[in-house]
Order: sequence, then structure tokens, then C-alpha cells
Amino acid sequence: MADTATLDMAPAATATRIETGPRGAKPRKTFSRRNIFLYGTLIVVAVYYLLPLYVMVVTSLKGMPEIRLGNIFSPPVEITFEPWVKAWSQACTGLNCDGLSRGFWNSVRITVPSVILSIALASINGYALANWRFKGADLFFTILIVGAFIPYQVMIYPIVILLREIGLYGSLWGLVIVHSIFGMPILTLLFRNYFTSVPEELFKAARVDGAGFWGIYFRIMLPMSLPIFVVAIILQVTGIWNDFLFGVVYTRPDTYPMTVQLNNIVNSVQGVKEYNVNMAATILTGLVPLIVYFASGKLFVRGIAAGAVKG
Amino acid sequence: MSETYPKRPSQLFRNLSAKIASVPMILTAVVVFAGGTAWTVLYSFTNSKLLPRFSFVGLDQYYRLWAAPRWGVAVENLAIYGVLSLIFSLAIGFLLAALLDQKIRFEDTFRTIFLYPFALSFIVTGLVWQWLLNPDFGVQAVVRGLGWESFTFNPLYDASIVIYGILIAALWQGTGLVMCLMLAGLRGIDEDIWKAARVDGIPMWKTYLFIVIPMMRPVFITTIVIIASGIIKVYDLVVAQTSGGPGIASEVPAKYVYDYMFFAQNLGQGFAASTMMLLSVIIVVVPWAYLEFGRARRG
Amino acid sequence: MVMAAGKPSVSIKDLSLNFGNVQVLQALNLDIAEGEFLVLLGPSGCGKSTLLNCIAGLLDISDGQIFINGKNVTWEEPKDRGIGMVFQSYALYPQMTVEGNLSFGLKTAGLPKDEIAKRIARASEILQIEPLLKRKPSALSGGQRQRVAIGRALVRDVDVFLFDEPLSNLDAKLRSELRVEIKRLHQRLANTMIYVTHDQIEALTLADRIAVMKGGVIQQLDAPQAIYNRPVNRFVADFLGSPSMNFISGQLEGGEKPHFKADGVSVPLDRYAFDKSSAATGACIFGIRPEHIAHGEQAAALPFSREIEVEIIEPMGSDMLVWTKLGGSNLTFRAEAEKPLKVGDRVIVGFDPARASLFDAPTGNRI
Repeated sequence: MADTATLDMAPAATATRIETGPRGAKPRKTFSRRNIFLYGTLIVVAVYYLLPLYVMVVTSLKGMPEIRLGNIFSPPVEITFEPWVKAWSQACTGLNCDGLSRGFWNSVRITVPSVILSIALASINGYALANWRFKGADLFFTILIVGAFIPYQVMIYPIVILLREIGLYGSLWGLVIVHSIFGMPILTLLFRNYFTSVPEELFKAARVDGAGFWGIYFRIMLPMSLPIFVVAIILQVTGIWNDFLFGVVYTRPDTYPMTVQLNNIVNSVQGVKEYNVNMAATILTGLVPLIVYFASGKLFVRGIAAGAVKG
Repeated sequence: MSETYPKRPSQLFRNLSAKIASVPMILTAVVVFAGGTAWTVLYSFTNSKLLPRFSFVGLDQYYRLWAAPRWGVAVENLAIYGVLSLIFSLAIGFLLAALLDQKIRFEDTFRTIFLYPFALSFIVTGLVWQWLLNPDFGVQAVVRGLGWESFTFNPLYDASIVIYGILIAALWQGTGLVMCLMLAGLRGIDEDIWKAARVDGIPMWKTYLFIVIPMMRPVFITTIVIIASGIIKVYDLVVAQTSGGPGIASEVPAKYVYDYMFFAQNLGQGFAASTMMLLSVIIVVVPWAYLEFGRARRG
Repeated sequence: MVMAAGKPSVSIKDLSLNFGNVQVLQALNLDIAEGEFLVLLGPSGCGKSTLLNCIAGLLDISDGQIFINGKNVTWEEPKDRGIGMVFQSYALYPQMTVEGNLSFGLKTAGLPKDEIAKRIARASEILQIEPLLKRKPSALSGGQRQRVAIGRALVRDVDVFLFDEPLSNLDAKLRSELRVEIKRLHQRLANTMIYVTHDQIEALTLADRIAVMKGGVIQQLDAPQAIYNRPVNRFVADFLGSPSMNFISGQLEGGEKPHFKADGVSVPLDRYAFDKSSAATGACIFGIRPEHIAHGEQAAALPFSREIEVEIIEPMGSDMLVWTKLGGSNLTFRAEAEKPLKVGDRVIVGFDPARASLFDAPTGNRI
């Protein structure tokens, strides 16, 4: 069929075609001025963005004598992992000299329950707001979202009092509660918007099928919203791991999270500055969010775009 | 139909599970957010020292606050840092997004590179840039080592420019986010707009300036709100990079609040300073909310 | 008017629904007989889906009562009302297989395993979805998904089926196929079915009775033919029928020999069946369906005929639609596709005023 069609068309087409002049695909140059400018700019900017990471890594692999003599951008002549070992297990903060490992495990003990608790609370709450609206729900939700714009400094001290009242001030669990509270606006918004976008008819069908509040949440909504849970986990793991302010306010030195301990190690005024150890410690602290970032790819972008709504 | 009606469920217990599920939100909204804020504002009118106590002193704390040189420096720093980081992160973020939007190869790689600093904490960012800007080993030393002996770039130890040193680190960390938001906005522009502009023979820069950017107004507003609320909160970065130094040259309001609450044992000052922060947020957010939601209501 | 025969299966008494200050449904009364197929028809926003959701118990009503099978279910949960529901978007649980979708409600109700298996077997036999049972909804075509959705209502073994625009998401060909399928299902099961649609073809083909709705009020409730032939007001007349009814504005002259007059046309109305015994003089709208207008030789013999000029011709395949003017208004009529008509031709058209509808101009009600 197709062949006959082309045969029929061909004579007419050739008859009207002008034989000279441009014909066929337009030529493309790989090294056009536009491309050189475009990729040139992007590569220069990319190098600028990567440089600090590169400097961190090379510094952490050098010995102190080499750092004192050399250039921060030059690769290590003699690679040593000594600074990493020292940062992890020997660096001192105050009287403790057991390295960043303490902060790392504190951060794990803070992050894991905070992520679970905050997401559990917010997802159920977002689901209630999306599908089981009750009188007054919108009012509280509005206060919650407006609250996300209030600087933390305004609420820090009242929370100290509240935590002291329930006996959790200074403990890991107090910090877990604080993270759940401050994660609530953005996460609730995230889940509420997601569950609102689930076709309402699905929810109605489940109600006709006799499922109730928890039945619909666990059997219908939860299994179909795994991506949004992953987004929420990414958002929370990086956010809580990177937190400094709440850590320094609500925990004691022996329960300090990694960021606080890192700052104390690097910015301690006592002793000789060991830049290689400092950089190793800095990388170690940044490693968890970086791994989450590189492993999650596009979902991280989705997460911050969702987080962006919060402000 | 003579049968008895089922009892109408009481209003309070209708939807009970949903109400129980919302208890944490209600507590957070009412007790922590609304209650906590009101408490802090109220106690900013007292002379609380080590512990909060309710002895009313009127606006005393505010007079003292605005008379304090350290607060003046903090506010001035925040203003410089805020204006510049708003301008630069919008400009750089949009430019990068526009470059990535040219149907280029390795777009994902470039995006990943520009965004990774955003995954890092301000503490890590501050410490890296502290090292890069270290006058004895960092950029200044490297350039001098290349033969330019008089080269001076020492923001972290020069009180007059220290805030720009912090700005550099903040831009490195945060422009990736702006780029991502802008890129999403650019992708949301109808393809046909570009086709129409091409058919009309409008140069690309003009299309961006007069057609695309005005169309992205909502994206810009959201981005500005995000950047602005980040600016007011800036704290960790300063603590890590300069600890407020040299002297008090890189103080910021958030640090002032923390130091007065937890170190100087002068809670009243801390409350007054944090109330001023709240006020500045209100000044930024209320006009925006009015524009956004007022517009929506009017249709 | 055809009355609901036998004892009502679904009965709605003075039902009202307000969202804030907006009255969505107003003091609505409706009796649906056992085994009846009732279609709620109307444009979007007329309240038809809202009414269906009220019957299902998915929306809390503001006032009134709902009875299903003689039981007052006004405050009952949807699951306890003895209904099954089919949705426009199918609303299949995406993470469950077809079998899981069919059994979810039964498991929730705590039915024994063999009973569940029996019901699924029966439903999938009726709907011919046995080969699909192990698949996920995402692996099904639109038509298959809607069959499964119907199956989910079927396994509940209930007396009342509610359909919320079930065919609107399907393309034209599948829609007509499934329409027949639903009709067959109704003939086989003889359940009460309440079916919401905005598609008049679905309404006319499926319904025992149609309730035409607008602004939260039932405009007319009657058998399809009655609604088609004797619409109670201009809205109903306009909404039903495709191409839609021709309307000519003019004057009704009552008395012994009533006439309709408009811009040089005078239509004798002695064969028209007035709702009231006498016709008062006043502004009115004359309505006549395109398919009730004859042309050529047959037209000349009819009580009213007139020569007109062809303005536009729209070929429709099986026939064509001819546009012209009569009495200052547009007039369309159908002509056979083979007819050698051209734009500019002069043709005689005519009709029997007994088949027309007259509406009072200010109120739009049938005269």
C-alpha cells in the first residue's frame, strides 16, 4: 500500500522541485559558537561547584607537613588515611577524645526515630485532612502552615520549657519530638496534597466496600503512595541529619548530633589545627546526605521541590 | 416505613478516627506554634534573665536591643547578605536553568553537580569555605604562590568584607535549589510559546526577558519567599564559618538570639530580638500572602 | 406519566443538600421501583452525581430521608446500605489484582473463603473477565477495567446498583459496546439500577425512566419516549435530542383557531395537544425536532409547509443536516445522504404541528 502511494506521488513531486539549492537534512556543527559558549559556561560553573568537594577530599588525604608546604588544590603526593581514622575515633571535643563516631551514632539514634515518627504522624494527618475533613480541620492546618514561616528562634525557648515539663529536655527523645514538630508543616502539606490528588472515587469505592479510616489508609492509600513516602524520607533524613540549631539547643554534649560535634572539633580553640583531620571529619559528616542525594537522583529533586512549597 | 430510625451519631464522635489522627497537628499548631509565639512575644516585654519571670518592663528590652552595637551590626549584615543573596541566587539560578533548558547533553550530570551542595549542611558548607578562604593555605595563598605576591582576598579575617565571604559560601550551597525551581518553571512553559516566538523571529534573549520571565511570575514569587525565609534563619553557616568574627563583624540576628538566650543569660533580650525577627518575616510574608491569596479569591 | 410500579426499591423523600449557603439539591422526591433502570440525566453541575453520592451514603445530606428496600438508611454507612457502585474513573485499587479488587469488600465484611470464591466465579463468568483475574488494573484496557469495576459491584450481591457516568472515560466504540453489555446485565439480573450520565443516547437507550435534572431539581421524570416527545420545558427539549430541537420565537394567538405567528410565518395549531384546555395569547417559543420536518413532495401534504432556501449542508454519513431559516430563526432538518441538494436550492419543508412543542416564552414551560 505504502509503496503504491509513493510511486503515485513521486512524478508530481520531482516535477515541481527546484533542483539546485539546499536539500536534505540541515547541516549541524558540533562545535558551533553557540555550543562552545553553552558547554564552556556549564563546564566552568561545574568545576567551580565541584572544587570545594575536591579540595575537601585531597586535603583529608594529605599529611600535615604536606599541607603546610603545598597548595590546597594539588593532589596528595603521599596518600594517608590517618586523618580519617583520627577524625572518626580520636578527635577531641572538650574532654571526650573518642572522635566523631560518637556524634555519628547519636545522629543515627536521632534521625531514625525522628524520620519514622514525623512521617507516620504527618502521613496519617495528611490523609485525614485530604479524605476525612472535619469541622475546624482547615483552621488548624492553616495555623500549621503559617507556623512554618515563623523563625525557629521565636519558638525555641517555649519548647525548652515544654520539654522540661515532660522531662525530656536534653534527651534524644526530646530532640525527636522537636524534629517531628518542625517537620510537620511541610510533611503534612506534602501528604495532604498527594492524597488529595488520589482520585476521590477510589476512596468512595473503598467506603462502599466497607473499609474504614484505618482500613483505607493501610490497605489502599499506603501501598499506592510509596513514592511519596520515599520523597518524605529523603527530605527528612537530609534535613534532620543536617540540623544544627535544634541539636545544639535540645541535647547535651554527650548526646550532641554529628553536626554539632563536627563544629566543636573544627572550631575548638585549643590545640594545633589539624586541617586534614578537620576535612576528613567534614566529609564524614556530609557523607550521609551526599549518599542519599546521589542514590535518590530525581526523587531528591522532587523532594526539595515539595519542600520548596513550605518556604 | 414504621421502623425506628437509627440514632444519629453525636457530632463530636463523628469522624472520630480522623480527629484522633489530627491531635498531633492540633497540639503543634495551637500549643507550639501559636502558643509558643505568643509566649515569646509576651515575655519580650519582661526583664527575664536566667529564667523567664513575668515582671513587665514595657519596651525596655527593645530600646536596649536597638541601642546595642552588636544588634546593629547583625541587622546591617542581614540586610547586605539578604539583598545580595536574593539578587545573585535568582540571577545565577535562572541563568543556569536557562542554560540547562537548551536541550543539552548530560543535563542530568550538570544538574546533579549544581545541586549537590544543597544536600550538605550549612555546618559542612561553612567549614569547607573556611578552609578555602584560609589566608595562609587557601585561595589567597595559592594565587600568591603563582607569583602575584600582592594579591589579597581574605574575607574571613577582614571585618569590612567578612559578610561577603559568608555570601560566597551561601550562594555555593543554595543556587542549585533556585536553579531547580527555575528549571521546573521553564519546563512548565508551553512549547508552543517558543515555536510562536521563533516563527515571529524574536531573538532568544528577548523571548526570555519579555515573554518567559513574566510568565514565570508565580515561580519567581515562590522562589523569593523561599530564599527570603532562608535568609532570616541564617545561623549555622555563620557559626561554622566565622563564629560571628572577626570580633562581632559577622553577627546575624539569629545568632544574637541564641547567644542571649543560652549564653548571656539574658532571656528578655533574646525574646525581644526573636520578636524582631518575627516582625521582619511578617513584613515579607504578609504582602506576599495578600498578593497570592487575595488574587486567588478575586478569581 | 409512567409511575413506578410495585413497591419502591429506593425512595427519596424531601432530600436537600447544602454546601454552606449553596443549595445543591432542593427538597427532592423520587421513588424507584424494584428492578427499574432509572437514569439521572443533566448537564454537569446539575446535581445528578451529588444525588447519587447521597444515595450511596458518600455525602451527608442536610435534610430529608433515604429508604432502600424499605429500610431507612439516611444515616447508615455506605457499606450497610445494600448498594454496589461503579465509578467513572473505574476506581480500581491499583496495587491489587483483579481478584483482589473483587474480594476486598467481601474480605472486609468477613465472608467465608468459599463464599468469596463462589461470588467471584459467578461475577467473572457473567462479565467474561475470568482470564484477567490475576492481572493488575494497570495491565487492563479501559473496557476491561470498567468490566472489573462492574464486577466489584456485582460480587456484593446487592439489590441496588449505582452507576456514576461509567462510560464517560471510554472511546465511542467501546462505549456503545459496554452500553449494550449493561443493558444485558440488567435484563439478566433484574436489579434496581440508578445510572448517572450526561449522555442523552445512553439515557434514551438504557432507561426505563429518565429523570432530567437542572440546578438540583428534577425537571421531568418519565419514560424516554415521553420525555423525547413531550418535554415539559424548553430546557428538557433542548437537552434531549441530537441534533437539537429547532426553536422559533414568536407569538401565540389563542381563541377558536389558535395560531403561532413569527416573522411572516403562521402555523395552525388546531392539531396541537395543549396542556391546558384553552390557549392564551402571548409570547411563546415554537419547538420542532429536525427529524420531524419533512421536505420535498411529502412536505407539501402536511398541515404546514413553506418553501425555503438551503444555507448550509452538513453531511453526517448516513444522512445530512440542512440549515435554513424559518420565521427569523435557524431551522435544521434531516435529509437522506443521497438527496441531490446544494447550497442555494429552494426546497419545500413541512411538518405536522401535532409533533411540535410550544413553550411559554417567559417561563419556558410547555403550553
